[in-house]
Amino acid sequence: MSVIYFLISISVVVAGIFLYLFIKSVKSGQFDDAYTPSVRMLFDDEIKSDVKKSSSKNKTNHLVNENQRENQI
Amino acid sequence: MEKKGCYHCGNEITTFNRIVFDEKEFCCNGCKTVYEIFSENDLSCYYDMQQAPGATPEEANGKYDFLDKSEIINKLLEFDEGPTSIVSLYIPHIHCSSCIWILENLNRLNQGVYRVLVNFPEKKATITFNKEKTSLKEIVLLLNKIGYEPYISLKNYDDKPQQVDRSLIYKIGIAFFAFGNVMMLSFPEYFNIDDIWMRQYKDFFRWLILIISLPVFFYSASPYYIAAWKGIRSKNYTIDIPMALGIIVMFIRSAVDIIFDLGPGFFDSMTMLVFFMLLGKLFQQRTYNFLSFERDYKSYFPIAITKLVEGNKEEPIQIYDVVKGDRLLIRNQELLPVDSILISESTFIDYSFVTGEAVPVEKKSGDKLFAGGKQVGDIIEVEVINSVSQSYLTQLWSNDVFQKRVDMKYKTITDTISHFFTPVLLTISILGFIGWSFVSINAAFNVFTAILIVACPCALALTAPFTLGNAIRILGRSSFYLKNVTVVEQMAKVDTIVFDKTGTITTNAKSIIQYEGEELTSEEQSDIRNIIRGSNHPLSRKLYGFLQARIVAKPNTFEEIPGQGLVGTMNNRSYFIGSQELVGIPHDKIINETAVHIKIDGEYKGKFVFANHYRLGVKELFEQLDKKHYKFAILSGDNDGELEALKALLPPSTALVFNQKPEQKLEYVKELQETGANVMMVGDGLNDAGALAQSNVGVSISENVNVFTPASDAILDARKFAYLEKFMDYSKKSVKIIKLSYILALTYNVIGISVCLLNKMSPLVAAIIMPVSTISIISFVTILTNYFAKRILK
Repeated sequence: MSVIYFLISISVVVAGIFLYLFIKSVKSGQFDDAYTPSVRMLFDDEIKSDVKKSSSKNKTNHLVNENQRENQI
Repeated sequence: MEKKGCYHCGNEITTFNRIVFDEKEFCCNGCKTVYEIFSENDLSCYYDMQQAPGATPEEANGKYDFLDKSEIINKLLEFDEGPTSIVSLYIPHIHCSSCIWILENLNRLNQGVYRVLVNFPEKKATITFNKEKTSLKEIVLLLNKIGYEPYISLKNYDDKPQQVDRSLIYKIGIAFFAFGNVMMLSFPEYFNIDDIWMRQYKDFFRWLILIISLPVFFYSASPYYIAAWKGIRSKNYTIDIPMALGIIVMFIRSAVDIIFDLGPGFFDSMTMLVFFMLLGKLFQQRTYNFLSFERDYKSYFPIAITKLVEGNKEEPIQIYDVVKGDRLLIRNQELLPVDSILISESTFIDYSFVTGEAVPVEKKSGDKLFAGGKQVGDIIEVEVINSVSQSYLTQLWSNDVFQKRVDMKYKTITDTISHFFTPVLLTISILGFIGWSFVSINAAFNVFTAILIVACPCALALTAPFTLGNAIRILGRSSFYLKNVTVVEQMAKVDTIVFDKTGTITTNAKSIIQYEGEELTSEEQSDIRNIIRGSNHPLSRKLYGFLQARIVAKPNTFEEIPGQGLVGTMNNRSYFIGSQELVGIPHDKIINETAVHIKIDGEYKGKFVFANHYRLGVKELFEQLDKKHYKFAILSGDNDGELEALKALLPPSTALVFNQKPEQKLEYVKELQETGANVMMVGDGLNDAGALAQSNVGVSISENVNVFTPASDAILDARKFAYLEKFMDYSKKSVKIIKLSYILALTYNVIGISVCLLNKMSPLVAAIIMPVSTISIISFVTILTNYFAKRILK
């Protein structure tokens, strides 16, 4: 049963590593702006799709608009 | 007629401003130009993500010339090495995902830009660019051209980038780590009271718990010791005292228990308690990154101004370098940063922000101009008579009365409770100690420490942060931004509300003008514009700015009839422009509508209606507040020209005081307070700054919350002005919620203390009673605050 010393030590060390990573990432300012990255990841290839812009595309975009507005609220 | 907004900025399109381009309608040339720029560079996706996301670009003409000066650039840049520079610009217009997208694709419009990173909550764009390929000025001009004008003020020049304090997050992280692990390691202790397995391992578990708890006790909980020490020194029985006491006693008793092998200790409860308390702290620490409640004149002043050097050469100069005798050039809409004397022939200065006068004042050559006024008109030349630090506005600001508030401390509702709670708690624990000492001294110590541990007013202390923290979050969603949680409590106590007039119950924004009647041809529009050109009446000037005809010509005849309007002839047609009497139509009483009527060649054409001068819903707001028995006063820096209109608009009990200087406003508020009133001051400008600071709750109202408001406790978006009564109501309800949950929290305490007095407290009971009380209180207040928000605010 003395393996329990070993196991518990490992679990505490692992938790400690996570704590260290958390503090490190807070320090680097990662959590200062929690909103912009969530929007940023949604646009990527918009510029290319621009060339073949058609009216049907506009309609789907309107739907996207609605969704995004809801997200902002 | 279907109304459609401008494709770029969403402003209303009328017959006077319609520009059709690429099958889309625009309200002005500026918007059209931005659209052109975007579509030429394949960036028209901008319009797909959000409808009409843009802003009308302002003319820059020379406004950013100061960005040529390297000393100013160096102050603005965050990083500058080799060809790479980084600058952070505050752009108030950032408001939607389109804004993020277009700004982060700025490198398509300017090859010198490497990368733009937008911080949406702070409305900041961090731009990395190549100094050799482009310049800061070019970037700023580009931003200006596409409607994202950065706001650069004197504050940018002085401010060092401040260090963000993240220590609270570290403390929470550590407390959470310890709480989780200690809980896990305590489980065997909870279930195996005494068996062989437990006997073998309990030392290992206990010592590990002790070690893990050390950083929580010494680091995470440190704010409470400091606060408690401050409370003791100032003889203020704050809630921090029993809390710090509870934590310390818990630690010492648990450490003693473990070291002398007496029991498992209360480390699980301690770490959890500290974690929840810190969480409450974080929760009430709601900051609005894009707002500042402590703005001073620096964020109102420009960073540089145009100076005339020998040979009438224009040169940008940093504001602090302006000295007496300098000649400055002030453009339209620019701010006068220093006291000076007008050299040009005449001009209009808008002092509404500084003094509260609604109408721009005409100044003639040789007149003294005070700092803080906005120039309205053509470019003027002035001679400086005082440097910035000695000018009227700066002096006004550094006036002692305006700063007084700093050490004024309000007693919060939690403090009031703890004022009774702390002595009662200490008495009970000492009585318990004495009582049990007749039985056994060991039991007496157990009872004494257990009471302090369990009574540690965790639930009590969490109630207010969670209720008020949630309240300011909810109010913030309705565009009413509070500085901190105590403002909610203060608001609930308010019984007298003092309003400023200019800019507070009237609007500052450019009036929206609508035309009703038969359509005017463009020749007629141009004629009207030329006739009113010579008039200095405020309405004429507004109308002149509204009409967009280009040709400037002199009317054949032109006469101004005071109080009535203008009569003129042009291109052989006669024009009557003015009041209903002048054009000879029956006088129908529409309260609070300002209109200019047009009659051409004896035929009535229609009228230009100027949007309501008073804010929407003022009358209703006052009626509602009157029903709730608030007292009001209107303090105005303006003359009493609107006395009658205000009397008709407001409840009869309202006190109306005119011609008030900033100091007098402050005195007025102070006098009210001396009669025992809790005063809320609602103002907008520098002239209210003193009164805002003196009042119990200073609310500054702003059309554009991002740009400038005087120092205050709360910032209210002007569009939500009519909601003020609801906000007051909500704050009252919040305080009621706190009182209700105090009853709940005290019930838990009574139960806990009773158990302790019977010497039945075990770590397991403590580990159950503490989270149950905490979590039930938090859910109770969260549910109630949201419930009332739904009922009142919508």
